Amino acid sequence: MTGPDTHPHDHGHNHDHHDDHDHARTFQPDIEDSPFSHYQVMAEALGEVLIEKGVITADELRRQLEWLDSRSPEAGARLIARAWTEPDFKEKLLEDVNAAAESMGMDAGDIPIRAIENTPDVHNVIVCTLCSCYPRGLIGLPPDWYKSREYRSRTVREPRKVLAEFGTVIPEDVEVRVHDSTADLRYLVLPMRPEGTEGMDADALAELVTRDCMVGVSLPKSPGD
Amino acid sequence: MNQQFKVGDTVRVRRAYPPGHVRAPYFSRGKTGIVDEIAGAYRNPEELAYGRYDGEALPLYRVLFRQADLWPDYDGSAADTTIVDVYENWLEPAEGGQG
Amino acid sequence: MIRVRRVHDIGGLPAGPIDRSEPEHAPWEKRVDALRALCSRHKLMRTDELRRCTEDLGYGVYDKLPYHARRIASIANALLEKGVFTVDDLGRKMEAVERRWSKER
Repeated sequence: MTGPDTHPHDHGHNHDHHDDHDHARTFQPDIEDSPFSHYQVMAEALGEVLIEKGVITADELRRQLEWLDSRSPEAGARLIARAWTEPDFKEKLLEDVNAAAESMGMDAGDIPIRAIENTPDVHNVIVCTLCSCYPRGLIGLPPDWYKSREYRSRTVREPRKVLAEFGTVIPEDVEVRVHDSTADLRYLVLPMRPEGTEGMDADALAELVTRDCMVGVSLPKSPGD
Repeated sequence: MNQQFKVGDTVRVRRAYPPGHVRAPYFSRGKTGIVDEIAGAYRNPEELAYGRYDGEALPLYRVLFRQADLWPDYDGSAADTTIVDVYENWLEPAEGGQG
Repeated sequence: MIRVRRVHDIGGLPAGPIDRSEPEHAPWEKRVDALRALCSRHKLMRTDELRRCTEDLGYGVYDKLPYHARRIASIANALLEKGVFTVDDLGRKMEAVERRWSKER
């Protein structure tokens, strides 16, 4: 790989990242017309050193990049949807997510993941105040906001206000329970099955399960959405 | 597994502030909660972080705190809670209620 | 009694609104994520060690650097500690990369 991540011939580039959701977002160079950052150089060099020393191969790095790009919350969504349609599977999921995932041919990874069930009495939301622990094995990479100072600081302190920023309002008489993943477990929210979904099969239900509802900042989509 | 606490016990997170890789969050120290679950036993991350891999596995507890007990002016519902995963070395027994 | 919070231990601190945007990450940032994953795959260091290295960056660095800059800095420190490469190895390579990129501009 050569060249820093800038568009040397393209300084007129000006993408607004925030309003058009339909086209793939191009990245923004760190600073236009400025020296590439110390950390960009470090990232480039560190990879090259590891390859030169035979610790990793260039091919592995390329494949890892491809794999990271392909990650999505789909595996988690399929687990949730199946739990909604099969009470036995739901029990299995609540007991051991990694085993339940394996039974569906998914690899949830080595780290134990726990499913936390939303009920009419309790709404759950997940955070990692100390770093950015997240059930990556099943729902992919965490969004920037999950790793942000703001989310990490405020979710334990004022969860309802945080939820409101995501457009989620939980009634006063429902307990909001925050789970701070400080140790060796990761958490996945098992939301309640939305109203009006009787007769939908697991594939159709999986479409309603968003990444955000498995983190607990949102509810699943409704069939009408 | 030899554990000091059982589900339902009232426990307090010790009021210690050592330097180093501490995994009991600052906001939980000195606070009292209830053991919600015993989540297995794992080697102490605070030692693993320094390359000391041969420690014994420590019981890990999911401790349930009332938000009202964690934050002096908590603004949400009285029912709201936070669960923190805390290793046994950070916990001490407490009588019911805020220590 | 003075109680010091380690820089990463931020649960409960006041903070502003959450930026929910999700811009595509730059190739170098994705490279950082990939390198992190490969370090794990090859068991070059434990996650606990990497977290501790991140925290060791301390105030003025941890709280000032954006996420991926912080991450590559802590990966570099962890691998240096482990002796996977030397300071000289990394330094010479960073020098070479910078020289190469300057020529290409």
